[in-house]
Amino acid sequence: MFTIQTLLLLLALQSCKKDSNNTSFNEGTKATLSIEFDNIVGGQNLQLNTGSYTNASGETFSVSLLQYFISNISVKKADGTVYTVPQDSSYFLIKESDPTTRFAKVKVPEGEYTSLTFTLGVDSLRSTKDISERKGVLDPSGGMEDGMYWGWNSGYIFFKMEGISQQAPVDPTGQNKFRYHIGGFGGYSAPTINNIKSFTVDLNAGGVAKVRSGRESNVHLMADISKVFNGSTSVSIAANPTVMFSAYSVHIANNFSGMFRHDHTENQHL
Amino acid sequence: MKRKHLIVIGMLAGGIACSKHVIDSFGGFKKPANFPEANYHFNTNEITQAKFELGRKLFYEPRLSRDNTVSCGGCHIQSAGFTHHGHDVSHGIDDRLGKRNSPPIMNLAWGKTFFWDGGVFDLDLQPIVPITNPVEMDETMENVLSKLRNHPDYPGLFNKAFGSSDINTERVMKALSQFMVMLVSANSKYDSVMRNQGATFTADEKQGYELFKTHCGSCHKEPLFTDESFRDNGIGAGPNNDEGRYLVTLNESDKYKFKVPSLRNISYTAPYMHDGRFITIEAVLEHYVGHVKNTPNLDPLLKQGTVPGISLTSAEQSKIIMFLRTLNDKDFISDKRFSEQ
Repeated sequence: MFTIQTLLLLLALQSCKKDSNNTSFNEGTKATLSIEFDNIVGGQNLQLNTGSYTNASGETFSVSLLQYFISNISVKKADGTVYTVPQDSSYFLIKESDPTTRFAKVKVPEGEYTSLTFTLGVDSLRSTKDISERKGVLDPSGGMEDGMYWGWNSGYIFFKMEGISQQAPVDPTGQNKFRYHIGGFGGYSAPTINNIKSFTVDLNAGGVAKVRSGRESNVHLMADISKVFNGSTSVSIAANPTVMFSAYSVHIANNFSGMFRHDHTENQHL
Repeated sequence: MKRKHLIVIGMLAGGIACSKHVIDSFGGFKKPANFPEANYHFNTNEITQAKFELGRKLFYEPRLSRDNTVSCGGCHIQSAGFTHHGHDVSHGIDDRLGKRNSPPIMNLAWGKTFFWDGGVFDLDLQPIVPITNPVEMDETMENVLSKLRNHPDYPGLFNKAFGSSDINTERVMKALSQFMVMLVSANSKYDSVMRNQGATFTADEKQGYELFKTHCGSCHKEPLFTDESFRDNGIGAGPNNDEGRYLVTLNESDKYKFKVPSLRNISYTAPYMHDGRFITIEAVLEHYVGHVKNTPNLDPLLKQGTVPGISLTSAEQSKIIMFLRTLNDKDFISDKRFSEQ
């Protein structure tokens, strides 16, 4: 049976491996790597509330709230060496309503990186940690409106998108609202859905990240939320206006796979 | 004059004795001799008197609710074994009704999961639920923290407990946990018998105990009187179709399962079941004897005979109830350390 103990063991083994990779870097000379999450809808920039978009099911919608967790960032050089950002510095909450949150900034050793790996969501291990290790964006005290934590079923909401669609049925507040709150880290004592998704983005075509002191390398990613509707499952707002902790959420999470692409890299001097 | 002096000296001595008594009476967390090791992570939240007292103050603090009217202690009343006595489901803020019966807060240090569906696996994360639940306290943690920071007493109390006046989620939760894990109920007649402290069961209680062990004890496992498992006991879905454990695991085989509740303090904690549908303990026994529904996930232990349920004569049921009453712990429901100060 898959238990948290096995997971801990796996993570322990994994981190050992990663540590040995990290030794090839000179830890003394770290510089900033910025990863920008630019939320778009197909060919359009995402505009909260005012933008109107259409999904593959032919439903028109607008987005009133979009926020998601990015965590566990690692970068890889052409020679295959991997640097994993210390986990405590590797949790970011990207909020469309707050432009300053679109950049996930981490310190990595100087070097040229050809690939970037991150998680959409919060890993299982952190999801079960003592409250003293849940600071900043992981503080489980978020409110019901924009909070990213389920109190009744301890766990983080990885991805939260809400909006209006005339195809959504009228809810008790009189609005035609859709609400997608996607989470699920696999369960603590009993296994359940796991919607944690890992992404690896190749930077060669769009520009490698040249991380050096005195300059800031910004990897500009596009996060296309139309993919959340249009992927291996074509999600209909009319049929699924509210998706939270349920079996259907797995289909939405699987659609995340097409969401991120590398647009370009800015290796700017400061 | 001399007499006056004596009185003053007497008063001073009394004062010293009192404060000494208070210090001595706080023994921290003590595992009862007949209990297993606790499950709570004391290593990350070591019990101290200042933290416990802060937790107690927070437990009885109505500022944890949106309009400062509802405290934890409002639905978890000490004299009712820290339940909401007389309420099938609890009413919270604006008298809004919840969907489940308020469970007793006792022996949580041995709890592996919390709530009827076990959705919370760490006691430190538990209070967030009632605080933010729209039908309970309907407040945000952000507002709670801001109310506490602006209160004349709390910054000082947090300083005393944690070494600085910072008030954050972690500290509020850890203080509340300290109060909750200290709520140990282990001074019932049953405990006294088990620990050979002088009490003895009557003949009926003794027979009731034997019947209990045969028919009830595998789920209501001694000495906590729960095995912490989730089971469908065949009461059937209520009007709100609460699917219980399924909501947490999304596993079909968990539908309509709820956590086996402890039976300690049973006389103080009516009504019974996750939705409080049984008002008397007699009605609970009657359910198990004659009204168990053969639901898809009915617990196998209730399917051993030709008809679902447990076969007990009415005399046997009475004896089991007599035994269950030995689980009442008067000390616990009257312990001043656990009361609002």
